[in-house]
Order: sequence, then C-alpha cells, then structure tokens
Amino acid sequence: MASSAGARSPKRRRKPITVGRVLRTVFVYAGMVVALLVILGPFAWLLISSVADKADLLARPLSWIPAHISFQRFVDLTIGGSPGDTQAQEFRSALMNSLVIASMTTLVGMTVGTVAAYAFSRFHFPGRGWMILAFMATTMLPPIALLLPLYQIMNTLGLSDTPLALIIIYSSFVTPYVVWLMRGYLDTIPRDLDDAARVDGCSRLGALWRVILPVSRPGLLSTALLAFLLAWDEFLYALVITQTNASRTLPVALNDFIGRYGTDFGRLATGGVIAAIPPLIIAFVFQRYIVAGLTAGSVKG
Amino acid sequence: MTAGTLGRFSVKRSKPWPETWVAAAFLAPAALVIFLVVVVPLVRAAWMSLFAIELTNPGVEPFVGLGNYITQLTSGAFWDSISKSLFFTIVTTALELSLGVGLAMLMDQPMRLRWVLRSLVILPWALPTIVNALMWRWIDQGSYGSLNALLTQLGFIHDYVPWLSQDTTAMWMVIIADVWKMTPFCAILILAGLQGIDRELFEAARVDGAGSSDVFRRIILPLLTPIILIVLVLRTMEAFKVFDIIWIMTGGGPASSTQTVAIYAYRTAYQSYDFGQGAALGYIIAIAIMLLAAIYLWMLRRTGSTES
Repeated sequence: MASSAGARSPKRRRKPITVGRVLRTVFVYAGMVVALLVILGPFAWLLISSVADKADLLARPLSWIPAHISFQRFVDLTIGGSPGDTQAQEFRSALMNSLVIASMTTLVGMTVGTVAAYAFSRFHFPGRGWMILAFMATTMLPPIALLLPLYQIMNTLGLSDTPLALIIIYSSFVTPYVVWLMRGYLDTIPRDLDDAARVDGCSRLGALWRVILPVSRPGLLSTALLAFLLAWDEFLYALVITQTNASRTLPVALNDFIGRYGTDFGRLATGGVIAAIPPLIIAFVFQRYIVAGLTAGSVKG
Repeated sequence: MTAGTLGRFSVKRSKPWPETWVAAAFLAPAALVIFLVVVVPLVRAAWMSLFAIELTNPGVEPFVGLGNYITQLTSGAFWDSISKSLFFTIVTTALELSLGVGLAMLMDQPMRLRWVLRSLVILPWALPTIVNALMWRWIDQGSYGSLNALLTQLGFIHDYVPWLSQDTTAMWMVIIADVWKMTPFCAILILAGLQGIDRELFEAARVDGAGSSDVFRRIILPLLTPIILIVLVLRTMEAFKVFDIIWIMTGGGPASSTQTVAIYAYRTAYQSYDFGQGAALGYIIAIAIMLLAAIYLWMLRRTGSTES
C-alpha cells in the first residue's frame, strides 16, 4: 500500500480509487461511529433513565428501551409536585438560585472585567505586564486554599448561606477570565475607533461604551457565555457556603439528592437533565462563540 | 493602517488626566474584587495555618509556627493523597491528550456528516460537572448500573461489579468520567491548531513520497506541539486541583482509594474540623501548583509558543 501512495501521480483533483483509499474511508467512518456512540451513549442513558419506569430501570437483565415513557418526573420537579414534596421545592429553589447567581456573576464579572481589559488593551502604564500576570495567576489558585478564610469571612459578615456571598466569590474567579478574553478581543479592534470617538468629544469611558463595546459584541457574547457556564458549574464553594434553600445551588442540591434519595435514580436523572439544559442550550445555540472563546482563551496563553 | 501613528499622537495630545491615572481608575473595580476575595483570604489563610485551630477544641488556638506544615509533610495520609493526585493527573492528562489528538484528526477528515460529529462533540464538555458525575455514578452503580448490564449482556463479566465501591476500580471509574468530559475540550483546541496548518504542506510531503504516518509524525505533530503543550498545561493544573467530580462520585472512598490531595484537605478541614491543618494543606497545594506553573511557563518560553 505504501507503493501505491508513492506511485501516485502529482496530478491531483480526482484521485484513483485504491485499496488504501477505501480502507482509509472505512476507517474514518468507523471512527466517527465509535466517537458518536461514546459521546452520546452515556447521555442517552441519562435521558432514558429520566423518562423510564422505575421498574424498567431496576430490571435484570436490563431492558435498554423502556416499555413506557413518562415525563411526569419533569413536571413534578419543575411546575407540579404534591405540596409535601420537599425535594421538588428544594430543587426549584436551587434552580432559581443557580439562575440568579450565575446571571449576576456574569453581569458583575463582565462589567468589572471588560473595563479592566480595556485599560490593559489601550493604556500604557507602569506595572502593566505583571498586573496581567497577577490576574491570571489567581485563576491557578486552588479554591481549597481560599475556602476556609472565605467561609469564616462570610460568616463574620453575616453573608453565609446567601446568594450574595456566592455572587461575590464567583465574580472573583470569573473576572480574570473576562480580563484575559476581552483584552485579547479588544486588541483586535483598531485604536483609530477610540481616537475618532475621542475627537468627537467622548470621554474615555464614553468611547468604550458607545463605540468599542458595540463593535465587540461577538467577543462579549463568547466571554459572557463562558462566564455563565463557569458560575453554573461551581461546586466546592457552594458546598461550604450554602446550607438551606435560601442559597443552595443546583450542584449542591443534586449532590444532596444523591445522599438522601440515592435509590430514586429516575428522579436523580431528571434533576441532572434539567440542570444540564441551560448549558446545553448555550453550547449548541452559540457553539461558534463558545469555540471561539475557548480557542482564543488558550491559544493566546 | 496608516492612521495608527496619527492615533497615538492624538491620544498623547489630549491629556486631561495622565494615562496612568485613567488606567488605575479603570482597573480599580477588578483589582478591588481580586483584593477582597483572593488576596485578603490568602493572607488570612497563611495566618490561620500557623495556629492549631480545631473546632472540636474551641477557645484554644495556640501558635504552632510551621508545625501544621511539618505535621502534614511528615504524614503518610498526606503523601498517599499526593500520589493519588499524581496518578489521576498523569493518567487523565495522557488519555485526554492522546484521545483528543485522535478525535481532532478525525474531525479534520473530509467526510460526509462531519458536521454532526463537530457539533455534538461539545456535549460532554458542556454538561455540568455535577451532572456528569451523577450520570457516571448511575452508570457505574453496583446493583442496577448500565455498565454492569452492558458487560454481562455482552458476556464480559458474569456477576455485577460494584465499580465505585471497590478500591481496585473506583479510581479508574472516576478517570473514565473525567476523560469522557474533558477529551472533547482538548479535541476542540487541537482541531483549531490543526486548521491553522497549511494544507499545502501535507500535499507537498505526499508528493515527496511520505506515507500517512510520516506526515503525522514529521509534520502534523511538530506543528501541533505548541497547542498540545498549552492543553497539557491547562489540563494538568486543573487535574491536580480536582475536587468536585471525585467528591460527587466517591467522596474520596472507598477508604482513601480516590482521596486526592484536595479531597484530603477538605476532609481535614470540614470533617475533622481541623482548620489550622486545613489551611496549611491549602497552602501546600497552592505552592505546588504555582511551582508547576513556573516550570510550565519556563518550558513554554523555551519552545517559544508564548508571545507575552
């Protein structure tokens, strides 16, 4: 087969069909099928578990396709559920908390971080290089090192078990990412725009707000979506800071479910599917922006 | 742009405030957040780590100097957790990188329905860690899990295996869950690197008689080295800090078979209520990671893949 590759004429366009090429095609498609099975299989089972009968899930041998499908668990956990169903109430408040905390974190992180990114991108000042490095260094710190003092500080301030505590903490780890991503994005926008705005009488903040931000929409969107995903996913701080429905987020609530209702796999799967819906919507609807943000964030590193 | 020089000139000309002051004002909010939520706790943690603070023994907090650090650095449990962390880090990073390169190469092949794979590949990465962890917990479940069902129905095993509650398999199950989630992340970044390679190079090499494996080893891999190094850095540092996926799947158990150093620190602080030791452990992990970062930075500088 090596000889066939070597003997191939330099004239390209339509390549002759050879054994090597056929094998290669078969190999590629087989690889794709395997990759899709591995990617989709586990998640498909989570989806099936969320709508299958409990009896089907506990059967041996396991029947993979449930005989009967019901969305009752989704209804119970979100809008319905009997009044005595404390688990559903916990789940609903956790869903709300997660939405509020992740959105507010994104808002705070984007505001504070974009303004700082603008300074890093446009101004020259002493200590600029090491300040960027210092911001990035904070993202490397293991949360476990800050956990104890933050826990005590939040207790002292009377903020333990409040959404505000988590918004403050999450903003601190979202901000450096925003600074990093937005600085990279703003660097690609010509400075002439700032100058034109300044000539037209804008203040520096005005130039950023009226001229630079509107043309930075793709970068802002990528960054904001990644910030939201980061906040939505956080577990360790939430585990320590939250105690009740007042602030408990979805990751902690679901973790509690495992402990207390560990055998109700169907319900657990349903909770998992619901918790996955916002990130999955973001990832699939805004895929281009997410991938752009991911690659920009790392390649520039 | 020719206006570039003009632009710099005009910024210099209109100077109501010195630029440094404006920059300081723009940076102040971000710096304040970082100062209050990162720097202050960090200093406080350093202070705490010098005392014997045990919540089971309230009111008594003697100064012990570096005693907490010495206790940990000479304890078997600490070094055991370090070895668990290293094992997890090395195995997951190696698997995620090699599978990531393979997946990226696959997504780069010209074929029909490639877009299906390219758009679905993001699913595992987008799934929240808690959902990923509980999903695999359910799949690996000992009495009703689908992994057991699949393997028995295919005839690989006869009796159901409690994958997560036996110390020989628990760590591997956690590794599988992490690799499933993070391989697509690596593949997406490596694919971006692949797409940056000039295709003419492949064709030129083919014409010169190079086979596929030669092209891969001599052209693709060397050109991908910078991005692979970056992914390596990102993944090892994340993996060394790992807490959530392990905590949710096994809680560090059975016994201490999946107790990585972050889990060990958490257990010390919040299950033994030994805050002094917990703070010292947090510091030890932070210092280890900063050392790792310094080494990587040095390596990246040497290969010339950073610009700043």
